[in-house]
Amino acid sequence: MSKGRYGEYGGQYISETLMNELFYLEEQYNHYMNDPDFIDELNTLLKEYAGRPSLLYYAKRMSEDLGGAKIYLKREDLNHTGAHKINNVLGQVLLAKKMGKTRVIAETGAGQHGVATATAAALLDMECEVFMGEVDTQRQALNVYRMELLGAKVHTVKSGTKTLKDAVNDAFRDWIANVNDTNYVIGSTMGPHPFPQMVRDFQAVISAEARQQILEKEGKLPTAVLACVGGGSNAMGAFYNFIEDEDVQLIGCEAGGKGIDTPYNAAALTNGKIGIFHGMKSIFNQGEYGQIAPVYSISAGLDYPGVGPEHAYLRDSGRAQYVAVTDEEAVGAFEYLSRTEGIIPAIESSHAVAHAIKIAPEMDKDDIIIVCLSGRGDKDVKSIAEYRGVELNE
Amino acid sequence: MSRIANAFEDETAFIGFLTAGDPTIEKTVEYILAMDEAGCDLVEIGIPFSDPMAEGVVIQDANVRALKHNTTTDDVFEIVKKVRQKTDVPLVFLTYINPVFFYGYEEFFKKCNECGIDGIITPDVPFEEKGEIADIAAKNDVDVISLIAPTSKERIQMIAGDATGFIYVVSSLGVTGMRSEIKTDLSAIISDIRDVCDLPVAVGFGINTPEQASKISEIADGVIVGSAIVKIIEECGENASEALKQYVSEMKNACR
Repeated sequence: MSKGRYGEYGGQYISETLMNELFYLEEQYNHYMNDPDFIDELNTLLKEYAGRPSLLYYAKRMSEDLGGAKIYLKREDLNHTGAHKINNVLGQVLLAKKMGKTRVIAETGAGQHGVATATAAALLDMECEVFMGEVDTQRQALNVYRMELLGAKVHTVKSGTKTLKDAVNDAFRDWIANVNDTNYVIGSTMGPHPFPQMVRDFQAVISAEARQQILEKEGKLPTAVLACVGGGSNAMGAFYNFIEDEDVQLIGCEAGGKGIDTPYNAAALTNGKIGIFHGMKSIFNQGEYGQIAPVYSISAGLDYPGVGPEHAYLRDSGRAQYVAVTDEEAVGAFEYLSRTEGIIPAIESSHAVAHAIKIAPEMDKDDIIIVCLSGRGDKDVKSIAEYRGVELNE
Repeated sequence: MSRIANAFEDETAFIGFLTAGDPTIEKTVEYILAMDEAGCDLVEIGIPFSDPMAEGVVIQDANVRALKHNTTTDDVFEIVKKVRQKTDVPLVFLTYINPVFFYGYEEFFKKCNECGIDGIITPDVPFEEKGEIADIAAKNDVDVISLIAPTSKERIQMIAGDATGFIYVVSSLGVTGMRSEIKTDLSAIISDIRDVCDLPVAVGFGINTPEQASKISEIADGVIVGSAIVKIIEECGENASEALKQYVSEMKNACR
């Protein structure tokens, strides 16, 4: 069996053309992660450029209003480029540079990972091309222009469902053709090994900081850690350093869309089945005969028909639980956090906020919830207005 | 001798690909028979998939057309059964692994055996993951066809040493699709393969003209053409038989 397994999940189900490159990537990754100079350079970028460590903020008004557990927000939205994506991208683009590559490519859903990749590429002087589904370029037009401002070329993907999974397909197709000078900077804990591990490791800074911060502030570990799950990178980052702390509940919040009993959702761990796709064995939303299902979510960043293999493993082993949160609940949470704390969360992160709103009142006052606020919501203002039937004249 | 081995017995084999269910199930049966009649030595049948990651635009579109009217894996088995009633031409599935996994490996390969499928090509199952299907396929007399790419280098020995049926050499980096020029040093790759195994070697990806086919024939045992055939089907729709026959016989002649 191949490397990169999480129980039966993971693996390297990919074109022969890419196999040697994946081995090379893994070898270089292992090399540089043990190179103090590389680690130092990366940590300096995370601190001086991305603005780490991110704050662990006590949401006092929210906690008091809900009347149960104390709620802390891990403010990944305050990172440069406004989301957790920059943590992974700085690592991967710096690695690509060290490997002698001159070009990086990326897929993007909401545009956050595309913007982050374009940003790192600008900073580290690399060519950058981003693949984005046509539906998403319309939902997130501002992010398209943002990437172009940063010097990246954006490819509008018109195949299939014209969303994130199709952007991943086209990014892989590009990589197969340009494997010599290009690294594919995958934005989530998905794809063939070593990507799920590499992205998790670069995102694990979230829980490394959060664990230390909560111990400093409260002198104890949280009762639960909540994060939204699409491919699952902010959730893996937020969970990772708590996995050994068995009393800490880990809860991933998937996109329930218009409801998990309708075809309009993207909740793979709730509704999906085991399969093999995008380089990995994992859980996917699929139809009869194993065709990958078109999925739906109000959130472009969660609109993916699968989930990273380590999440599938954490679910099966019972270490983490996964719940589905509907569009309606997420939009409610988006508005609630904006009004209550003066923080506009990304619609993706709002899925985790929504679940906190649901469970906090039933918990004790000495319980603590950490919500990974994976991104800021400026990009979503327009689509939330549309959802509420408000017309904006720009 | 297996049907696949037969296909390579005389001169260079011409291998044609089409996507099952494009434009219809009935027409796929007709087109496979037409290609066989025109001299095609082996037919690759693509099981349509929602996300054919190794395909260029032409074959991607064929997958979309086939899935638009819900061509299922069971429909594809029906196609094979009908073709098998009329010809002994070797038939090989080209499929992504998920539809096979979903169907159930045991059930899928049992059906392959019953219908008369001779081999399977799964572009998203490299050597390291071959264990998914190798034993079950072998038990059902289905050859798992191994792919070797321009980037395979030292992997060639390992892959070719464990291969069955024939070896599929990917001519170029990138996805399937017609190319005006193939730059890879194919003779070096093929010579590395011949060092470790006696299986026939066929070259695919990008080939579409008789000139290219003739050139490849000098060094390989088979020439694989997909996108150019699928393009004819795209353009002619339900009336592609004559155009397919003409194209296949022209290409087959170039292989001689």
